[in-house]
Amino acid sequence: MPATIISRTAITLALLLFGQTSWSATVLVAVAANFSKPMTEIVSQFEKATGHSAKLSFGSSGKFVSQLENGGPFEVLLSADEKGPEKLEQAGLTVPNTRFVYALGKLVLWSATPNFVDNEGKILMTSNFKHLALADPKVAPYGAAAIDVLKKLKLFERLQPLLVQGENIAQTYQFISTANAELGFLALSQVIENGKIVGGSSWIIPDNLHAPIRQGAVLMKIGAENPAARALIDYLKSIPALAIIKKYGYDLAK
Amino acid sequence: MLTTADLDTLFLTFKVASISTSLMLLFGTPLAWWLARTTSSWKGFINAIVALPLVLPPTVLGFYLLVIMGPTGLIGELTTWLGMGTLPFTFAGLVIASVLYSMPFVVQPLQGAFTSICEQSLEAAATLRASPLDTFFSVVVPLAKPGFLTATILGFTHTVGEFGVVLMIGGNIPDKTRVVSVQIYNHVEALEYNEAHWLAGCLLLFSFTVLIILYTVLKNQPNLQQLK
Repeated sequence: MPATIISRTAITLALLLFGQTSWSATVLVAVAANFSKPMTEIVSQFEKATGHSAKLSFGSSGKFVSQLENGGPFEVLLSADEKGPEKLEQAGLTVPNTRFVYALGKLVLWSATPNFVDNEGKILMTSNFKHLALADPKVAPYGAAAIDVLKKLKLFERLQPLLVQGENIAQTYQFISTANAELGFLALSQVIENGKIVGGSSWIIPDNLHAPIRQGAVLMKIGAENPAARALIDYLKSIPALAIIKKYGYDLAK
Repeated sequence: MLTTADLDTLFLTFKVASISTSLMLLFGTPLAWWLARTTSSWKGFINAIVALPLVLPPTVLGFYLLVIMGPTGLIGELTTWLGMGTLPFTFAGLVIASVLYSMPFVVQPLQGAFTSICEQSLEAAATLRASPLDTFFSVVVPLAKPGFLTATILGFTHTVGEFGVVLMIGGNIPDKTRVVSVQIYNHVEALEYNEAHWLAGCLLLFSFTVLIILYTVLKNQPNLQQLK
């Protein structure tokens, strides 16, 4: 009698612990902060379409690459640049031939105050603000692009004392949305809802003012055997996913 | 090796910590004295407020400070009205945040030290016609010396190690708000492990040395062992 109880318990436990993996798996994904809104939407579609599920962590690409180099548990990385995934590939941590550009980032100059930013960015030539926010250019590609823009417009020298840096682009949004910084550079996706720019005022920066923001994704070796990880990489290239990416203002890689 | 930028962050960090610690001792001493002596029903409430930063995640404190010191926040409106502008992204803002954040590390050791001073020695001083202020400086301060030492060192080192709050309200501005803990974080994020190691090593060595000194000095204060 006790033997049957033990074996039954063991079978139940085994089913609870491992049973799910055979037909639906979970993938752990590191997502660059700028892509948090589209990715949340893509994943809800992905989960419906495939039955797999995805757990998302949002943050700066640099931090994720650092964590992945040191044994981080993420199976898929959606970086804000190509450099991070390339670096991981060179270190032999990724599955070969899985690296691709999933979106081209758009930069926007945004303020929480309506009618503050004009649609040519002339506000930058004035002295009507005390703080101009951007993401840390050393680690965040959108921050580096913002510096490109200021240099191209020959405003960098004058505006440098006014710059305040967020640790990542989400924190930069916080600085501007609380009006602690009157305006700043963000990813267009952050201020888009239902396909439209919400609140405040903005200037979508023309592409020729900064180096392209090519956002790379890659499958990590620890996710190689996970069907959900492979499925997610494929799903990111599917038509429904591309439509969501476009809706949030990104361009698609050619 | 440490770069000039790294040295600047170290210097700024010690500047913030020194100023904050002085302010904490200035405001924390009367507060701790009141808490140690009062029988007021407010005591529990005030104690809880002082201890709050011990249990709150620094990000919560930083987030609230960013909002209330911002242009639409209560303190932000006050400082703007006073012509000071808003406090986030400024050195002054960083000092204020540090004072709030590290206050329990100053008030609690002082409160403990003050509580253990017996009423008789204060009464004796009073019968010798010492004024309350005189009593405080010639009786209380010498008796509470280990408490002051602990408060100063813990307040200072805790401010040096401050990270979450600075990240939320600092804006990473060189020579104004870029402190050493943020610089280490940035080095790691930028995959500059060498630079990160140097700074992190300095901080580790500093903290460890200070704690050794603290515990050695306290050990040599036989009457006040309970304060350790």
